Amino acid sequence: MRPEFPVRPFKTHGGIRLPAHRTTAREKTVTMPAPEICIIPLRQSSGAVCRALVRKGDRVWRGQKIGDTDDPFSVPVHASVSGTVLQIAATESSSGEMGEAIWIQSDGKMESLPNLRPPIVTDAEGFAAAIRESGLVDPGGDGFPTHIKLNPARQADTLIINAIESEPYLTCAYRCALEESRSVLEGVYAIKSFLNVHRVIIAVEENNPEAAKILGEIADNEEYDPDDEVRILTLPSVYPQGEEKTLIKACTDREVPPGKLPGDVGCIVMTIDSVVLIAKYLKTGMPLVSKRITVSGSAIYAPANVLVPIGARISDIIEFCGGFSAEPGNLLVGGPVSGKALRVMTAPIVKADTAILAFSEKDSAEREESACIRCGRCARVCPMRLAPALIEKAAASGNLSALRRLHADACTYCGACACVCPANRRLTDAIRRAAALPGAETPARKNDTERGKGGEENG
Amino acid sequence: MDDRMLSGAPFLHAGSSTRRIMLDVILSLTPAVIAALVIFGARSFLLICISAAACAAVEFAACKLLKRKNSAGDLSAVVTGVLLALTVPVSLYPPLILIGAVAAIFFVKMLFGGLGKNYVNPALAGWAVLTLIFPGRMTAWTKAFGYLGSADAATTATPLANVSTINSAETPGIPELIVGLHGGSIGETCAGALILGGIYLTARRVITPVIPAVFLGTAALISLIAGRNILTELCSGGLLLGAIFMATDYTTSPVTFKGQLIYAFGCGLVTMLIRILTPLPEGTGIAILLMNLLTPLIDRIAIARPFGVRSRFRGGKAA
Repeated sequence: MRPEFPVRPFKTHGGIRLPAHRTTAREKTVTMPAPEICIIPLRQSSGAVCRALVRKGDRVWRGQKIGDTDDPFSVPVHASVSGTVLQIAATESSSGEMGEAIWIQSDGKMESLPNLRPPIVTDAEGFAAAIRESGLVDPGGDGFPTHIKLNPARQADTLIINAIESEPYLTCAYRCALEESRSVLEGVYAIKSFLNVHRVIIAVEENNPEAAKILGEIADNEEYDPDDEVRILTLPSVYPQGEEKTLIKACTDREVPPGKLPGDVGCIVMTIDSVVLIAKYLKTGMPLVSKRITVSGSAIYAPANVLVPIGARISDIIEFCGGFSAEPGNLLVGGPVSGKALRVMTAPIVKADTAILAFSEKDSAEREESACIRCGRCARVCPMRLAPALIEKAAASGNLSALRRLHADACTYCGACACVCPANRRLTDAIRRAAALPGAETPARKNDTERGKGGEENG
Repeated sequence: MDDRMLSGAPFLHAGSSTRRIMLDVILSLTPAVIAALVIFGARSFLLICISAAACAAVEFAACKLLKRKNSAGDLSAVVTGVLLALTVPVSLYPPLILIGAVAAIFFVKMLFGGLGKNYVNPALAGWAVLTLIFPGRMTAWTKAFGYLGSADAATTATPLANVSTINSAETPGIPELIVGLHGGSIGETCAGALILGGIYLTARRVITPVIPAVFLGTAALISLIAGRNILTELCSGGLLLGAIFMATDYTTSPVTFKGQLIYAFGCGLVTMLIRILTPLPEGTGIAILLMNLLTPLIDRIAIARPFGVRSRFRGGKAA
């Protein structure tokens, strides 16, 4: 039976149109040479902390596994440069998380592990196991391990390739499509065949016709796709269209319940840079050791798309982009809507990071928080159909039953509500606090999905 | 929770601000203010200015008294002041409006915590207080252009009062209703100006048309069923002023779409029940005040089904 494809996207709730600020769209990705020191945190994904596999003074190569754990919901970490282990010490990462990290003194040669071999993959299970070994995590958040999505509780019928820039300023998805189109092509068809999925939707934004053209050619490849099982779908440029649950809704009209995974509704979502990493890993065996990020904002001297080694210190990356052109006010990791203020300049970049943005003092004037006027804009833009203003109020008074009724735990922390709030209330942080209150979570309901295996702990 | 886990986001803002929203509301009231000036003379403008200034001053003084940060700059008190003035007859002795301003800003708004915390619309509360204290003066309607002749003598009834007393000879026609050449409060008579303001608010996305449309739609439907003149009902008795500018007050109307539907329907229903079943001819103000009080309850029940959560009423057996 031929799969059915949506002709136009399904309707999603809310969202906001934001200026794209795509200043680095024409900047070819530059590769950052090995910095003097790389700091590899032992926890770069949700799940358990890895155990160090090397000791102080050990020689390491690029691509060598230097930390691993038995926790299936966590992924191993690898050396991103060749050199010697300087120390294993508690270090604050870009997300503000404090944890053990392996410091590598680079020898500047970027030598790959000599016996690096491509994995031998024969079936879907072996594929997921191989992807775990590659250390791949989804971008954004605290790094959800990609291999878990590749081993869903039930057979997926749809693979969605996410080629949408998750936030303004970011251009890494576009540059990835443009520069790695061969790997995208191979990756898409490799994943499709291992997972035995017969419907692949490549999601692109309407305001990026160049990306749509390149990806359209990949989808229309006669040789790889004789049955026309891969198509592109153009989505409106509305934030947060690239967020996983919203994207699944727009592509399939299915809703992933709070705390559940795309696999629970028969979908697998892969970002375009994960597809490229998988294609390369299957070919060479080189795990996730470098990452294409966008370095931009009004305080960056030369905004660029940079291929950085994981663990490179943010100060070194900014230095590589010419340093600051103005006194930076806001300095953040991630996009401007859902990103996080950076606390320590020397913190290392981790696998889930997508961007470093620095804004001049002038562009960073703090917007003063004032009283909620109950205008309802937050509820109108919320893709999860929540009422952030009411959640904030319930959280402030510690009203747990109201928090449960308002489904505070269904929030995806996209930040659209805070972005439109005329009173500048920090709604995302308020909801984060609210959801962390013991007893605020919605009681699990058995019938939310038919099968919920694999989702309970890491949703 | 560890504060390090908090983001400080967003670092990009869509640009709206409370002050800008309030400014838009004031701008949207300009047509009604100009219409009042033309129809009822300079005295109406004087009332509006006194009321707006008084409300801002009371807010400033209340902030000092209650040791809060000065919030008069957000212009919300000015909006209240203008709206309050639009609900009084032009013949009202101007200093009396100060009583309404104090009631609205100090007692109804500031004592309950200031902007966003009041339970009822401050302007309407001010109107209600004035009406209770001065029932005669607050319903002493003046004829349009009365200021051109011997102003004091020319009093008249509102179109709805005419309907109530079945004095249909005095009932104005459609053009009079649109332009507002009939008895009524300063701001309620000129339907055209009010609708223009509503269009501006919708275009600027300050309000969505949900509340005015459902409010007016419900009122029109009930008029139809009751066999009354729909246009007369809609264009007089402050219904347009209430539906467009007062029922849409953020603080005292529900946040969610579903809630707004229930609230606006209630406003329309109560307005028409008052008009049909009681000797009171207007009803809009009381209906909105009543629905304001129900808003916290409506907010409680009218929560949208969150993404991915099954409806309680539809699909699947209960777990």
